[in-house]
Amino acid sequence: MAFFLLRRLGVMLITAICLTFIVFFMTNLHPNLEKLAKTQGNFRMTDEAVNSFLERNGYTQPLAVKYGEWIGVLPSHRDTDDEGKVTGRCIQPGMDAEEAPEYCGILQGNWGYSTVFKEPVEDIIGKRLALTGKLMFWVMMLMVPGALILGVLAGMREGSRTDRSLSTLSISMTATPEYVSGVLFIAIFSSSAVGLKWFKGTATSAMEDANLENFLLPVVTIALYGMGYIARMTRASMAEVMTSQYIRTARLKGVSFPNIVMKHALRNALIAPFTVIMLQFPWLLNGVVIVETIFNYKGFGWTLVQAAGNNDIELLMAVSVVSVIVVLVTQLISDIGYVYLNPRIRLS
Amino acid sequence: MTASDDYDGPILEIEDLSISFFTRLREIPAVMDFSCKVMPGEAMGLVGESGCGKSTVALGVMQDLGVNGRVVGGTIKFKGRDLGKMSMEELRDLRGSEIAMIYQEPMASLNPAMKIGKQLMEVPMIHQGASKEEAYARALEVVTDVKLPDPKRMLNSFPHQLSGGQQQRIVIAMALMSKPSLLILDEPTTALDVTVEAAVVDLVKELGEKYGTSMLFISHNLGLVLETCDRLCVMYSGEAVETGSIEDVFDQMQHPYTQALFRSIPLPGADKNSRPLVAIPGNFPLPHERPPGCNFGPRCDYFEEGRCNAQNIPMTSVKGFDRHRSRCLRFEEIDWDAPLAAVVTNAKSEPGEVILKMDNLKKYYEVSANALFGGSKKVVKANETLSFEAREGETLAIVGESGCGKSTFAKVLMGLETATDGGITLDGASIGDVPIEARGTDLVRSVQMVFQNPFDTLNPSMTVGNQIIRALEIFKIGKTEGERRSRMLELLDLVKLPREFAGRMPRQLSGGQKQRVGIARAFAGGARIVVADEPVSALDVSVQAAVTDLLMEIQREEKTTLLFISHDLSIVRYLSDRVMVMYLGHVVEMGDTDQVFSPPYHPYTEALLSAVPIADTSIEKEHIVLEGDIPSAMNPPSGCPFQTRCRWKDQVPGGLCDKEVPPMRRLAEGHEVKCHLSDEILARMTPVIKIAAE
Repeated sequence: MAFFLLRRLGVMLITAICLTFIVFFMTNLHPNLEKLAKTQGNFRMTDEAVNSFLERNGYTQPLAVKYGEWIGVLPSHRDTDDEGKVTGRCIQPGMDAEEAPEYCGILQGNWGYSTVFKEPVEDIIGKRLALTGKLMFWVMMLMVPGALILGVLAGMREGSRTDRSLSTLSISMTATPEYVSGVLFIAIFSSSAVGLKWFKGTATSAMEDANLENFLLPVVTIALYGMGYIARMTRASMAEVMTSQYIRTARLKGVSFPNIVMKHALRNALIAPFTVIMLQFPWLLNGVVIVETIFNYKGFGWTLVQAAGNNDIELLMAVSVVSVIVVLVTQLISDIGYVYLNPRIRLS
Repeated sequence: MTASDDYDGPILEIEDLSISFFTRLREIPAVMDFSCKVMPGEAMGLVGESGCGKSTVALGVMQDLGVNGRVVGGTIKFKGRDLGKMSMEELRDLRGSEIAMIYQEPMASLNPAMKIGKQLMEVPMIHQGASKEEAYARALEVVTDVKLPDPKRMLNSFPHQLSGGQQQRIVIAMALMSKPSLLILDEPTTALDVTVEAAVVDLVKELGEKYGTSMLFISHNLGLVLETCDRLCVMYSGEAVETGSIEDVFDQMQHPYTQALFRSIPLPGADKNSRPLVAIPGNFPLPHERPPGCNFGPRCDYFEEGRCNAQNIPMTSVKGFDRHRSRCLRFEEIDWDAPLAAVVTNAKSEPGEVILKMDNLKKYYEVSANALFGGSKKVVKANETLSFEAREGETLAIVGESGCGKSTFAKVLMGLETATDGGITLDGASIGDVPIEARGTDLVRSVQMVFQNPFDTLNPSMTVGNQIIRALEIFKIGKTEGERRSRMLELLDLVKLPREFAGRMPRQLSGGQKQRVGIARAFAGGARIVVADEPVSALDVSVQAAVTDLLMEIQREEKTTLLFISHDLSIVRYLSDRVMVMYLGHVVEMGDTDQVFSPPYHPYTEALLSAVPIADTSIEKEHIVLEGDIPSAMNPPSGCPFQTRCRWKDQVPGGLCDKEVPPMRRLAEGHEVKCHLSDEILARMTPVIKIAAE
């Protein structure tokens, strides 16, 4: 088991390094750096001014060196300006150049300084991730039980009227992307277009104080999309289990139908959808970008959009590290949970 | 308990039952006009080939025909109550408590995610309202009854932790949990090895007597039915064709199908040269293509135009017998004792030069103990010091139960695996460590294989002709497409398939026909050695004979060496020249067919012979039941591989069996045995199978 975890951690590390290097490479392409310089300085900077800005901040160094600095294995770049003032990424505002450490990458616990938000990256990530975590938690609370109930109800009697109507429902849910359902919900439930002003069209206030009125719409928008998908998987798996021989055994043992579903079929039917549910986590990060932007909920997805729009290198790097960790940790949980659900691959 | 306990009429009474399945296209009758009666304590056998409707009858009794199936006529009465008129609740009360069922595949019929104890305890908790403790006590009692070791641990295990035989015992235990009046056994031993099958059959018989349960025993194996049942009913294409007591039907059959069935199975005394099997001509009719009149008509030797196909044929009682009925218009006219029409006998072909030689072949596999999380490596010794020679034109049978290493050996010979140690020589050239990719065309086409399951080994989206042509291309036979095409047609002639089959898809063929295509493919390049891995075990009895005969005939003509891998000793005895018995990777006995099938035996051979059910009432068998299961090859016993189950073990002094692997001993010319038993004890062994004096 320890070996297994160790191997998983290794994989996680390698994936993180590869992914961040790719992101680093992309954000350090010259046009992107130029954009960064112009957003930092002003949009009418001359090419010369851009170049001197980039040079002063160490952006013109070779890619590998810059990446090494970010990791914290190379001493970070310093620049002395005309007035003899030393600046560099290790020197925090108000800190003396002499006292500042030589290395300051993520290995030293320094995630950098966001050029958009003018704040240390770790603070931003922590705050935004907590907000998105809140959103995700409610999405999961709504989506998982809903999808399982839908799937089990549809799958337990394959081909019945219940099955067909629930299947149609879940297909249409999955076929409606968030940017469509989100806009529709806002139009129907919170605008004067229909007149049902039941909920708020923006979730900004939910960041401090979430309640049904301001939080339901974004939660439902994300949940519905994923729900259809999981429900389909559950249905397929349930339908297959219901035709298996051990269900016939149970039926011919005299077990009543509700008990067959609850005691015999459910656990077996959950094995396949469980992996899918865990796969939804990283994938929800995606949907979160759209929904957070539509509902103006300033969470992780919204931050990602801001960082990408302004080529905020350090913030983007941190975002990608977090994504890698989320993806791989959920996969780890999924594998372990799978072993628990399926006794056939118990750890011996 | 209930009033039904006082009931003393027939337990199960089926009258004129007809069951149909409804598809979008048409109604498909699965069972027609079926009647039978099971008295208390009686065991009724239901025999027939696949698709004859025997399982449908069982599910009909259970009233569990699925969405498409429906009883369209007749009644099924259980203890005088009509099952068809019961409500769902009444049925649920009966199922599991009064009528219980044992299934073909024990692994699939146990819930993989539920502990065995819980699955067993459920039965009394539903039906008798027992408390958890009572149910547990009862489960413990029944698991002890089915002779499983360490019952408490069993109850706490998941199904996958048990072997196939143990799983089947659990299924039996589950059926007996509430002492049912009727037990339906649907091919309960088909998925099991012969020695395990013998033990399970023994157990079923014993428990049947102990609990006084009536049984409906469904099987395609006549020998098994002979051993377990009092009466039997032979079914063909949805109809019962003959029913009566075991003795009447076996010895004085009154229906042509029953007779044909008996002539097509290898009984002791049958011999490929002097008394070959008689295959039933033609194919089993599809349910929607049944002929008018007698369903067996087109395949029957006694068929009379204008009479047998003019009307529906009812079941009629045979005069002078007790409850013996036959569905034949002519049974009174047929001379049932007439000897077989002159059959072609063949001269025994003399084996030629040695062409294949195995010398101390070893094949070990390394497996990690835990597939998912790695862990320590273990060595599986699939083949241990295998040595033998095979001559041109000879049939060498390799016999053993699953896990004995017979398939591994085939893989090494084919080049799908390479040997760990030792050598294989073919025509003087070593091929043991040449993998298939490195083999030349000549070598590949001279060593070919016929596979066990014809259903999976043909490409489903390629016509039969193209598949054979593809083989010819690989073997580099024929220069042009036209040449290959004509060779392909010749091959179809060789395996006795009509030439128009070249354009058919595999799904349009029956199992036997598919296997013929497989044989054509194997012989396409003039193979010197053909490994036939259980070539007929997936086929129906009536087809088996035809395919076996075909193999023999081609072999005789082509002078091919046939390595016939099988677990079925009856067929091995029928067709092989020499036999090699394997157990846990070791060859335990080898010799001519007569030498192996008569004493002195290796103790394992003895048990195997005793375990095989023989469909002949005049045969007396010594009853030897092996305890336990085959040990795992990952963790083989010390010393002699068979010592854990050997009944002769105490005859060897000094616990030698525990310590040393016995050497291969020569008993007679060409007869070798791997056993510690002394010569005197071996000489005292008596034949397992005796033909009773007539």
